[in-house]
Amino acid sequence: MYDPTVARLTYRGLLGRRRALILGVLPVLLIVISLAVRSFSGADDQVASDLLGGFALATMVPIIGVIAGTGAIGPEIDDGSVVYLLAKPLKRPTIIFTKLIVAIAVTMAFSAVPTFVAGMILNGNGQQIAVAYTVAALVASIAYAAMFLLLGTVTRHAVVFGLVYALVWEALFGSLVSGARTLSVQQWALAVGHKVTGGDIVTSDVSLPTATVLLVVVTVLATWYAGQRLRSLTLAGEE
Amino acid sequence: MTTLTIDHVSRWFGNVVAVNDITMTIGPGVTGLLGPNGAGKSTLINMMGGFLAPSTGTVTLDGEPTWRNEDIYRHIGIVPEREAMYDFLTGREFVLANAELHGLGPKAADRALATVEMEYAQDRKISTYSKGMRQRVKMASALVHDPSLLLLDEPFNGMDPRQRMQLMDLLRRMGDEGRTVLFSSHILEEVEQLAAHIEVIVAGRHAASGDFRRIRRLMTDRPHRYLVRSSDDRALAAALIADPSTSGIEVDLAEGALRVQAVDFGRFTALLPKVAREHGIRLLTVSPSDESLESVFSYLVAA
Repeated sequence: MYDPTVARLTYRGLLGRRRALILGVLPVLLIVISLAVRSFSGADDQVASDLLGGFALATMVPIIGVIAGTGAIGPEIDDGSVVYLLAKPLKRPTIIFTKLIVAIAVTMAFSAVPTFVAGMILNGNGQQIAVAYTVAALVASIAYAAMFLLLGTVTRHAVVFGLVYALVWEALFGSLVSGARTLSVQQWALAVGHKVTGGDIVTSDVSLPTATVLLVVVTVLATWYAGQRLRSLTLAGEE
Repeated sequence: MTTLTIDHVSRWFGNVVAVNDITMTIGPGVTGLLGPNGAGKSTLINMMGGFLAPSTGTVTLDGEPTWRNEDIYRHIGIVPEREAMYDFLTGREFVLANAELHGLGPKAADRALATVEMEYAQDRKISTYSKGMRQRVKMASALVHDPSLLLLDEPFNGMDPRQRMQLMDLLRRMGDEGRTVLFSSHILEEVEQLAAHIEVIVAGRHAASGDFRRIRRLMTDRPHRYLVRSSDDRALAAALIADPSTSGIEVDLAEGALRVQAVDFGRFTALLPKVAREHGIRLLTVSPSDESLESVFSYLVAA
């Protein structure tokens, strides 16, 4: 199911100089803000939770997910170099599964790790806040990577659609319309984070069982459908 | 023995028919797929390579369908027309990755790089390669698993004459080894130099098939049209029409020229200057009026 060569090509494509730079901007920003907040207002659980929930989980994780998820396959389909993967005796789902693993790993590395570091800076993991948001970021990384990988096989404008989803749906609608919150990866991840803290400093609009089911369903369906898309991907259209 | 069979294959995109009911069999040796740009060559090659489903009909390699059949790639090597190829890798890394995807190791990669004589630049990034170097590395990636069928889409595009000769030698060798090699081109001379067997596609239809001499004859024996201006058009017209190589002449008063239709190309081209000299007529303009590749091809379709 997992092909190390496909993985290597995907990593090298994803972590090329320019993209790695873009991936690194938000985590650096998060840590800089955390350092500033900590030095100005000291350790405050509520401020830590607001920053990790409002910036790290609501903005940084989905954006990193968009870049890593769509970037794991979109550019290859776009420029046609995916032909070198497709013209091999490799099952198409193997290609998708491998790329998903890479996208998840990259999203986790660039979102969950800085979230944890920022949490430690902000309040030294008081009330388990750092761990809770890190776990939430890890969980969200999986679902985002799967969703945006699928998006990369569906449209040439995957990054735009991905950002619209991440910023408009998750951030804007999520805060205005309560129904949208049920269908939000962020809220599902928060449900898992809530379980970790045990207290009410991290809350979600979705119950843990619902969140778990939705996370699994979305991840599995998106991955399966991306495999189907790749099976029927055609490479003509230059004439 | 590897035989690629295209059986009543059509492909349309919306209302546009790109490939129209083509049936052909490609056997061992080098075959050229000739046709003007936009004739449907790439669409056909994409269907041969299993990257596009035929709308109707079947494409099979020794009886196995090429569409949605990943195992077929154990036998097919593909050199796509598009340039993109993981430019951030070195040539060797790229060919090695292709070998690994076939379950092979560095030995196969090195052998393929040696075949295309690219060892000298194998450790440079692909992004620094010239067009011809890219083409050779693409070729190495297609040869790495020693395929019995090689599909190349416009492989000579953008190559300089020396690179073209090298690639032709290589393809000829592949054909002589008993591989089935198919390449597309819109340039007759390219195809003629390399392929013993030619398939001609025009506007999505299979226009001609056979050895290059037959096709060459079809192309040169068609009626040729010339626009001729001279110091005495009417005297020239009278002298030309007396010869059987000329089948018709029109005096175009608006253009101030003759429109000549010649049926015997070779004879007419020798006759015209001779007649002019004998009658003391100066030739001012002699220009073929239908020499574009498209008109040559459309004549073939009608033939």
